[in-house]
Amino acid sequence: MIAILDYGSGNLRSAERAFATAGNEVVVTSDRTIALEAEGLVVPGVGAFAACMSGLNGVDGAAIVRERLAKERPTLGICIGMQIMFSHGTEHSDSAPHPGVGVWDGTVSLLAAPILPHMGWNTVEVDLDSILFKGIEAESFYFVHSYAAKSAVGKMQAWSTQGERFLAAVEDGYMSATQFHPEKSGAAGLALIKNWVGSL
Amino acid sequence: MTLSVRIIPCLDVTDGRVVKGVNFTDLVDAGDPVEMAALYNTEGADELTFLDISASVAGRETTLEVVRRTAEQVFIPLTVGGGIRSVEDVDRLLRAGADKISINTSALARPQLIAEIADRFGSQVLVLSVDARRARTDSGFEVTTHGGRQSAGVDAIAWVEQACVLGVGEILLNSMDADGTRAGYDIGMITAVRAVSKVPLIASGGAGSLEDFSAALDAGADALLAASVFHFGVHRIGDVKRYLGAHNYPVRAVPAQ
Repeated sequence: MIAILDYGSGNLRSAERAFATAGNEVVVTSDRTIALEAEGLVVPGVGAFAACMSGLNGVDGAAIVRERLAKERPTLGICIGMQIMFSHGTEHSDSAPHPGVGVWDGTVSLLAAPILPHMGWNTVEVDLDSILFKGIEAESFYFVHSYAAKSAVGKMQAWSTQGERFLAAVEDGYMSATQFHPEKSGAAGLALIKNWVGSL
Repeated sequence: MTLSVRIIPCLDVTDGRVVKGVNFTDLVDAGDPVEMAALYNTEGADELTFLDISASVAGRETTLEVVRRTAEQVFIPLTVGGGIRSVEDVDRLLRAGADKISINTSALARPQLIAEIADRFGSQVLVLSVDARRARTDSGFEVTTHGGRQSAGVDAIAWVEQACVLGVGEILLNSMDADGTRAGYDIGMITAVRAVSKVPLIASGGAGSLEDFSAALDAGADALLAASVFHFGVHRIGDVKRYLGAHNYPVRAVPAQ
């Protein structure tokens, strides 16, 4: 069973439908036990860094993610759900950056690009051993964001560019994340979801 | 790693059917919205836009159902516009499966609505639809409302600048002079808006020949919206993408059938 964590952000219905195409049972939930026990947990996210962290903390999400990692249960972050896995984010911060879950050390900061948000389909530069991108290495994926992580973390990285090079995806044992939206990336996105679900 | 230009078919929906006219009048039936959305997805559309032009509450409810059914089977971004007046309207559409919403008349009536939507859902969900035409204003372009029938009494370029400050994530620029004519996008208007805006810009209105698409990109558009040329089979999505690809514009490959 795949659990999609509902912490008050965005349209979870399309994520639910997209993950269901991989064949598993999918539930949208904010229930701690279900999120903890699910074979795979998806942390989606639409909105600003601090608002999403606040929503995540409202369902004890940071602790759930950490506990799952300790118990070697896979979790996938999407878009802001990737960003808040880092230790810090500078979105809408006047002074000190906002704290994130801190699975990875690093700061998510504004892209230095002439046009923002980075909105649309972009290609990625993929690690040869990638599980997520197997068979879809040359495809494009749908991005919509203005902030990103720019230093390597985890075991494998995928990179993309808008103004500057940034992390498009990370695979790090039981924690994976994509800056783009696989649930909105057509056939290539569904293939990536299937790759992740197949690895559980 | 290059961001592709986006090709976006626009489906004007009323009472559950897609329609298309010239200069927003003389509407003719163009098909079932869910079927057309699925077809355009298969053909390689990069996003889809539904513009609800229903006049009645019942028509709006039907559109909500169309959005719901489309989002269940088409996994590319879906923008919905038309008749959105409040944060609650936005919430309802996002819950039905829209990824972005576009606002126009209601934002002109109360610009603060832009900030309210951006604060609640983020700028990335918010497309400002600007229906503009050539006129004797400071910039030479004015905003219209009610499908281009009335002047809003607002300079188009000044409005775009204000809306960007308030927090829109994207501009959909519709030329009311060019709409449905297939005589080309309004290049001067695209250039003028590009000069004052750092958010993505979607050109709309007037697409006819394949050269029209590349001309709009040269003027600074990031995405190209068209309706009648796609609905009536003048061009397929793949024709536009192959043409642009052959002329070295970055496009997402049309998925294999």
